[in-house]
Amino acid sequence: MSSDNDNSHKFSSMRRKLLMGMAALPAAPLLSSTGLFSTPAYAQAPATAAVNTTGLAVTDTEVTVGILHSVTGTMAISETGSVQAEKLAIDQINAAGGVLGRKIKFIQEDGASDWPTFAEKAKKLLVNDKVAAVMGCWTSASRKAVLPVFEQYNGMLYYPTFYEGLEQSKNVIYTGQEATQQILAGLDWVQKTKSGKTFYLIGSDYIWPRTSMKIARKHIEGHLKDSSVVGEEYFPLGHTQFNSVINKIKLKKPDVIYAAVVGGSNVAFYKQLKAAGIDLSKQTLLTISVTEDEIDGIGGENFAGAYSCMKYFQSLDNPNNKEFVAAFKKMWGEKTVIGDVTQAAYLGPWLWKLTVEKAGSFDIDKIAAASAGIEFTKAPEGYVKIHPNHHLWSKTRVGQAQPDGQFKVVFETPDLIEPDPFPKGYQ
Amino acid sequence: MTIPAPKSGRTFFLRPQDVIGILALAILLLVVLPLALDNFRLQFVGKYLTYAFVALGLVLCWGYAGILSLGQGVFFGLGGYCMAMYLKLQASSVENTKIQSTPGIPDFMDWNQITSLPWFWEPFRSFGFTSLAVIVVPALFALLLGYALFKRRVGGVYFAIITQALAAIMTILIVGQQGYTGGINGITDLRSLHGWDIRTDSAKTILYFVCVGLLLGCILLAYYVKSSKLGRILVAMRDKEDRVRFSGYDVSSFKIFVFCLAASLSAIGGAMFTLQVGFMSPSFVGIVPSIEMVIYTAVGGRLSILGAIYGTLLVNWAKTSFSESFPELWLFGLGGLFIAVVLIFPNGLAGLWQTYVAPRLGPLFGGGAKRRAAPPASGPVAPAAAE
Repeated sequence: MSSDNDNSHKFSSMRRKLLMGMAALPAAPLLSSTGLFSTPAYAQAPATAAVNTTGLAVTDTEVTVGILHSVTGTMAISETGSVQAEKLAIDQINAAGGVLGRKIKFIQEDGASDWPTFAEKAKKLLVNDKVAAVMGCWTSASRKAVLPVFEQYNGMLYYPTFYEGLEQSKNVIYTGQEATQQILAGLDWVQKTKSGKTFYLIGSDYIWPRTSMKIARKHIEGHLKDSSVVGEEYFPLGHTQFNSVINKIKLKKPDVIYAAVVGGSNVAFYKQLKAAGIDLSKQTLLTISVTEDEIDGIGGENFAGAYSCMKYFQSLDNPNNKEFVAAFKKMWGEKTVIGDVTQAAYLGPWLWKLTVEKAGSFDIDKIAAASAGIEFTKAPEGYVKIHPNHHLWSKTRVGQAQPDGQFKVVFETPDLIEPDPFPKGYQ
Repeated sequence: MTIPAPKSGRTFFLRPQDVIGILALAILLLVVLPLALDNFRLQFVGKYLTYAFVALGLVLCWGYAGILSLGQGVFFGLGGYCMAMYLKLQASSVENTKIQSTPGIPDFMDWNQITSLPWFWEPFRSFGFTSLAVIVVPALFALLLGYALFKRRVGGVYFAIITQALAAIMTILIVGQQGYTGGINGITDLRSLHGWDIRTDSAKTILYFVCVGLLLGCILLAYYVKSSKLGRILVAMRDKEDRVRFSGYDVSSFKIFVFCLAASLSAIGGAMFTLQVGFMSPSFVGIVPSIEMVIYTAVGGRLSILGAIYGTLLVNWAKTSFSESFPELWLFGLGGLFIAVVLIFPNGLAGLWQTYVAPRLGPLFGGGAKRRAAPPASGPVAPAAAE
């Protein structure tokens, strides 16, 4: 937020769109026309009593939101990127005039990689701090732990991770992809371009990989021609011995290894694959769980050649993303990498801001109702839109890992894919 | 050698200073805290108190009988899961779950392609059975384990390691069998007990008082055990196991008993936890929570029943408030607290109280406090004796 020069330039087109949008709302305030280097003025805000009827932490000049991720414990390595992206987005929104003329203040809480702690902190944010929205959670388990809290105390959660679906809540906006969005297009692509007929499914043993593999198996067996699953195995979280499954893979010689191994297990899995002589430039491997962040741990040379199916890669070539990557690196250092979830986390504060301004209110019920149809044209992944089921319409992309730890995008769905958290025929 | 000589002719199992201590705790928990804290903080205290049940069990099992169990989380978890199964079945009525492919079963089973309720879930439809199971299942499990180990005279550090391994095994089992247990997510979204919504503030307040009531009951039970002949045999066993054995006592049976008792106490805590927090997950069962529970006891003073309760409250309060104020640094603060305990006051809060506070209070309460001040004299020796 140091240089308003940059920011005002960067967001001028954004602001224009917003102003256009707001013309439709007679009661909405005009965003202050921030001068080139003046601190943004927050003066023309609508009265607090009008935009906050339920006693949230909104004053005439400020609105408080919560950030709830693990900054300690095993998940810290994954969730730090999300925290950084959310702080960046909040800074940028503040530099561009805040939300309904109010500066965003955030309270950060540590979920400590521990699901009950997440529930405790979520409750604290909602009940004690009365935050207007919470950006947070990463693992499915943490989301499942906080969901009843958000529903009971009527809060709003912006959840960034790609996840298993089978969930939909008035109180959650899912800014990552649900399972069918991420999986189906990737499988179609791999069958078409790599003529994959036989698939070996490998995942960590918890709800997301299991549900994802269930959907993948149904798609492979029911929708892809002459294709079959030749193996399916799960390993406990944190497992590091993959030699037996690697031997089985060598015996079965599947056309495609389809992997959803998460966290630290990734490092062991890909290193052992390489050590066993499986060359990922010859053996097709498609994963739904390795982003740039994970490659950092695995090592680019161990993962080069593999394909990853996501909605976002840091290397995406579009102007939004170039600005985003530059701003992110400026704030958090040249060496940081940006993975799929980090980008999705960045969307949270922006989508919330746009929704609040459409609703003309901070009230949770009004935001929940106004969310459907919200469009964010400056998303680094391109254009996104909130579906009435509170998930995002988004494109799915396949990237091939390069030795430098980045992905080369080799495929992109032509259209946005509709989110379908309760897929018929895949359950 | 740490037991005060029993007063001859005493029939009541509580000494006067114990009565004062219990009353003070009761007033604190039943009157002061509910008045001083808002509902939100009070619910935290309620949650902390569920760990106090475990700490209480550890005082008996570790402090008095010298059996260090690093797997109390297993029993906490068993109690919690029994209660969670009952509550989950209550929340999974056919109309609540009609969105599923198989309505009427818990949602996570549906996600795992299970199409009918597993047999061992069936009895948990009954609240009576569940209440019984909360106490009996962990006790039976402890009995089995205790029988296998103590009869073979496995003790000390080997026992601690085995219980720790058990905590790891239990976590892996629960995570691996996610169709039946909810896996790593645990059993979430619990709503009502017998149609009574447990998520409202008033219900939470009631549950808090129920929890305090049960805890006070368990404290009395612990005092009773401690002051009985059985309690003295436990201490004797801790200090010189061979002498007790040669005196003709069946040492292993006593050990099994106290281990089962500690298991049941932990399980009651687990069940209350599930009721108050609204979910149960394997993260309460594993090695880390089990060791944390031992730390609560150590901070409070493992030779003191009331000390362990205060220790649990203090450590958890510190954990919550450090982590609220310093999200990125709080673990260091907590670590510092534990190092301080080990280095500066090895007998925990209770040791500090007995060394510094009680002697000053002595003149106020007459002889009672003086007797209480007696144990610290042997304080530095006790840790060695308990190993």
